Amino acid sequence: MSIFVSQLFNGLSLGSIMLLIALGLAITFGLMNVINMAHGELIMVGAYATYVMQLIFSKYLPESLFNYYYFIAIPISFLVASFIGYLLEKGIIRFLYNRPTDSLLATWGISLILQQIARSIFGAPNVAVVAPAWMDGGLQIFGITLPYKRLLILTLSIVCIALLYYYLNKTSTGLRIRAVTMNRNMASCLGISTRKIDSLGFALGAGLAGIAGCSLTLLGPIGPTIGTYYIVDAFMVVILGGIGGLKGTIIGAFGIGMLSTVVEYSFGATMAKVIVFAVIILFLQWKPLGIFSYRTRALD
Amino acid sequence: MRKKQMIYLLFFLILLLAPFYLTEFRLALLGKFLCYAIIAVGICLIWGYTGILSLGHGVYFGIGAYCMAMYLKLEASKGALPDFMEWNGVQELPWFWKLFFNPFFSIMAAIFVPAMLAAVLGMLTFKNRIKGVYFSLLSQAVVVVVVTLLIAKQDFTGGTNGLTNFSTVFGFSLSSPMVQIVLYAITVFALFAIFMLSVWITKSRLGHVLIAIRDGENRLRFLGFDPAVFKVFIYSLSASFAGIAGALFVLQVGLISPSMMDIIPSIEMVLWVAIGGRHSLFGAIIGAILTNGAKSFFSETYPDVWLFCLGILFILIVVFFPKGIAGLFEAFPKRFTKFFEKGVKKGESDSVVS
Repeated sequence: MSIFVSQLFNGLSLGSIMLLIALGLAITFGLMNVINMAHGELIMVGAYATYVMQLIFSKYLPESLFNYYYFIAIPISFLVASFIGYLLEKGIIRFLYNRPTDSLLATWGISLILQQIARSIFGAPNVAVVAPAWMDGGLQIFGITLPYKRLLILTLSIVCIALLYYYLNKTSTGLRIRAVTMNRNMASCLGISTRKIDSLGFALGAGLAGIAGCSLTLLGPIGPTIGTYYIVDAFMVVILGGIGGLKGTIIGAFGIGMLSTVVEYSFGATMAKVIVFAVIILFLQWKPLGIFSYRTRALD
Repeated sequence: MRKKQMIYLLFFLILLLAPFYLTEFRLALLGKFLCYAIIAVGICLIWGYTGILSLGHGVYFGIGAYCMAMYLKLEASKGALPDFMEWNGVQELPWFWKLFFNPFFSIMAAIFVPAMLAAVLGMLTFKNRIKGVYFSLLSQAVVVVVVTLLIAKQDFTGGTNGLTNFSTVFGFSLSSPMVQIVLYAITVFALFAIFMLSVWITKSRLGHVLIAIRDGENRLRFLGFDPAVFKVFIYSLSASFAGIAGALFVLQVGLISPSMMDIIPSIEMVLWVAIGGRHSLFGAIIGAILTNGAKSFFSETYPDVWLFCLGILFILIVVFFPKGIAGLFEAFPKRFTKFFEKGVKKGESDSVVS
């Protein structure tokens, strides 16, 4: 029983991390057909923003406030990452629409530059972010301990999903983003400025990467290459999920998370990577466009 | 056309005569770059001509190199177990290592194992019309899978250190300068043969189909072709080029490790082609040699700056010069003639369908 619960929890926990990382990717990919290879570096930006917040709180502010710095760090990392994302969209990516594979290469160039910048500001070695003391320890259920940090990440991903769902379904800008995702030309004909929506969507995706980075600081030390560690898995989530809105990404993330924990438990970490990849390829034989995708008669 | 062929011949002649005017160190570097140029030709075939962006060519390069390296390792350990296996407590040589006692088998494996892996991946993706960035990302995931496997199974593969410490090939000492020169000459000939084969392919009917796949896969489908077959073929061919390059690489450099085929080296391979000109096979060769030359120059003097340069180069090339160096050379004479033929508009597309 306890093994089952702990596996379930580990799967959920890994799934929630994947989800946070893949959400932003899925939005930019669905909206603009741009795979953002610099997404991992936007995660890194979020992580370093959290690190800087922690330094500020521990150096310049009274100690009693340190317990709450994390709640300030979340919106700050969102804002910093989305600002950088906005600049990237305005400066480079908007020249590359309709050239998806080229944008993939250009964003990879961006990721190299961002990594090198981080290396020259914060140094190549990893830095540790000190979490507030109340996050240590965990919840005791069925004789196993669920760490508060992992529970917090799980909650954070649920909150992000809820907010995003509300934003994309109930607000007018969110509806516009969805409209452009579904049919860019039609939306443009109806008077939606697709240029503005693109920048907005890219900034939103980048901001979500920032939040993912903020949550990764709870799991271990952070360094300039923290993003590359997770990014390939996140791509797999997006490919598996398809671009049919949030549902596919959620199912993809938790599916891959669950599958890799279960396989890892029985076959070890290396085989888990191989088997998960094989399962994804096999799944794509059945549904080449992912779990959910918009049905359309257009060919190209 | 005549002029172009003269340039190709001259170029290969200059390469072939390199041992007479380069120092041993520079020659070794050039030999390494020529191996990279072989990969670049393969990538140019699939990316520039067929429109398949593979971010996983490091894998095929690596497999080719490992196949050759296993043979060299067995020859170096003279019947005993290879050293890293002893350190890992392996008692007996695994069965698949035993196959590599045969040099002919090793060379064939270096060519055909990458091609077969590519064919399997291609069948599973192209048949389902998985293309564009989807395919690129899947090919990148293959890199991650293969590299983790190579590192984790270190008792069979040498782990992160890879395979090194070779002594002889076919009984000739690898450290002797004469053997290195012969290997260099073989590399030049291999590059020449692969380049000529690729030029022939692009000029043939097959080449036209490939370009058609790049420009309008669905239209080709309506015309009764099955693009998947052509894509699988050209992708496997390009993978076997990378395998050959890997085998030649390991003979000259004497080392192959997982870090040489990881994600970043794999994407760098695409960069060489992007810089040289993705639509030009000759440009790809030039791109590979120039980029790697610049890399070894910069990383000798300022290692930090190199990553910056690489990133900026990537962005500049992709955004402003999608045709690379070859594109510049094509554009200059055209602009020159246009200057004289002002007012005469010819060669413009008369179709509204783009």
